[in-house]
Amino acid sequence: MPRSEIDLPYRVEYLGVLDQEGQVDSSVEPSIPDEVLLKIHRTMILARKFDERMLTLQRQGRIGTFAPIKGQEAQIGAVAVLEPDDWLVPSFREMPAEVWRGKSLESILLLYGGYNEGGRVPEGLNNLPVAIPVGSQTLHAAGLAYGIRYRKQKQVAMTFFGDGATSEGDFHEAMNFAAVFQVPAVFVVQNNHWAISVPRSHQTHSRTLAQKALAYDMPGLQVDGNDVLAVYAAAREAVDRARAGGGPSLIEMVTYRMSMHTTADDPKKYRTEEEVEQWIKRDPITRFQKYLTEKGLLSDEAIASLETEVQNQIKAAEERWVKQTETAVDPLAMFEHAYAEMPPHLLAQREELRHELADRENAGLGTR
Amino acid sequence: MAKMTMVQALNLALHQEMEKDDRVLVLGEDVGLDGGVFRVTEGLFHKFGPERVIDTPLAESGIAGFSIGMALYGLRPVCEMQFSGFDYFAMHQMECHAARLRWRSQGRFSVPMVLRAPYGGGVRALEHHSESREAYWAHTPGLKMVIPSTPRNARSLLVSAIRDPDPVVFYEPKAVYRAFREEVPEEEETFPIGKSQVVREGNDITVISYGATLHPTLEAASELKEKHGIDAEVIDLLTISPLDDELFAASARKTGRVVVVHEAPRGFGPGAEIVARLGEKAFLYLEAPVRRVTGFDIVIPLFQREQQYLPGVYRIVEAVRETLNF
Repeated sequence: MPRSEIDLPYRVEYLGVLDQEGQVDSSVEPSIPDEVLLKIHRTMILARKFDERMLTLQRQGRIGTFAPIKGQEAQIGAVAVLEPDDWLVPSFREMPAEVWRGKSLESILLLYGGYNEGGRVPEGLNNLPVAIPVGSQTLHAAGLAYGIRYRKQKQVAMTFFGDGATSEGDFHEAMNFAAVFQVPAVFVVQNNHWAISVPRSHQTHSRTLAQKALAYDMPGLQVDGNDVLAVYAAAREAVDRARAGGGPSLIEMVTYRMSMHTTADDPKKYRTEEEVEQWIKRDPITRFQKYLTEKGLLSDEAIASLETEVQNQIKAAEERWVKQTETAVDPLAMFEHAYAEMPPHLLAQREELRHELADRENAGLGTR
Repeated sequence: MAKMTMVQALNLALHQEMEKDDRVLVLGEDVGLDGGVFRVTEGLFHKFGPERVIDTPLAESGIAGFSIGMALYGLRPVCEMQFSGFDYFAMHQMECHAARLRWRSQGRFSVPMVLRAPYGGGVRALEHHSESREAYWAHTPGLKMVIPSTPRNARSLLVSAIRDPDPVVFYEPKAVYRAFREEVPEEEETFPIGKSQVVREGNDITVISYGATLHPTLEAASELKEKHGIDAEVIDLLTISPLDDELFAASARKTGRVVVVHEAPRGFGPGAEIVARLGEKAFLYLEAPVRRVTGFDIVIPLFQREQQYLPGVYRIVEAVRETLNF
């Protein structure tokens, strides 16, 4: 037998809808109702401004370390196709997607301001909390999706992770499990080109991240991740396929982390200003605004008043956050939610701390 | 009542819980058609089908993380690690997520899963097939760690573990799997997680053990009585974490002397925690240092030497006598 080519069911494609100047290619333009387009735009602005505000709050020492999202606001295009009862399984750079899905700004401030209470997920909201160990949450999406399939529901589970996560075993195990069991999961990799200081090229020798789907006989699509319309179109396709029983997909969003990995690092140490400049030209918000303006849905005045409105929304959230921190002061709350029922050793340890705090209070020692 | 091996008793628990509750699913490597390498899941595949008895890809982290997702969805997955020596792959999912999601989501989500694994030596196995590393799990806040010792308590504890609202790591002493049979009632039986049991009463000394080493401990207690007239009280921990320290502290206050027996390495092992708790709760009643009869702080040797490594009757008897003669 001679060598012959093995026919694989999928090829890796690239999708862009808007060019760098925001000009649309109408042949691939997704059909999105005007009010949804405007809501996506508004949430992108809100996420950008809130991210900037968080950075200020961090620099002032009012909140702790967090992972800025600047430049990655087009992720909203992916969650915009989800239904409310679908599942969002985020990593730690999905603030825009979480906000789109109903997470309150004050809860985000509460979390990064160091209170566990900020991790509280309201009833009815199918968002998992932020997962910090890179790539580990992808398996939860696969398991949730198995539950969906088992219960014959029409939901999907969408998980986000970064380019660095594709080096983790859990990512591959999750893709493999999802494909073997053909569950309704959508894997969205935000290839923002940098895993802290290590470039995308050092994470994998693969030319694309999307092609990793082929190893699992799963469709993999690379999209312009700074083009919210392309992200939306790709997610629509993947989510519809999953919901119809067609199994999981991988979407690679080619985007860029315009800011630092977290507030604890300085990107100037490992990448050039020129590279950042190149990506600023492809800013997802600027391009989308051009599209909306040309479509007659947006004007400079509307953008200006929207920005004011968003700033007011952030300010109001900050006020609610400050109020919450004033009441969330009980250190004994650290023992809550360890188990459904607090076991005796934790009851005892909580008492130990209660007494210590009372003794320190009586001795006027404060928190020393 | 039928006389059953531990394997059969565990199998009974799974059958009955799966019949009763369609949230219960079993998953792992070779758990389906093959019925698991130790046959604990035998017959489940034919009865409940591939949707509920899932042969997974060979990936322990995947099995644990996938189970976490299922549990978050409201199911009650019971996943099997083929040997505890391979569950380190799963540890990161259990520590970072199973143990924390209730806490992280402030009570919105929970992970009611069971991670089962055969542990321990004594079956002349390969490397990685004889470890006893329960301390890793017991050290993890948010997890519960259970180790049964007989067919009957294995069945009742597994039922309780499946129904527990929190993640339970359930280690099964493979040396006991088919070692003997015990009456196991057909009707439902549970045993509270977090509780230990006095399995032999005595006034001279307290011997605390669990899992496979409970059996040489009981043998030693009989020998101590017959040959030396020593009445040892034997406590079977059953749950390693959270530890039922009230029970063994009360026994220590009665006898004044304690020996702890386990096959896990001594350093930082469950015995170390027990000694510390005794210091906190029974210090003034103790008349001798608490002795630990344990595995050594080395990798368990290959099987030609494992009997010299594992705590046996001789070592337990000697430790008890020395403690009494202190």
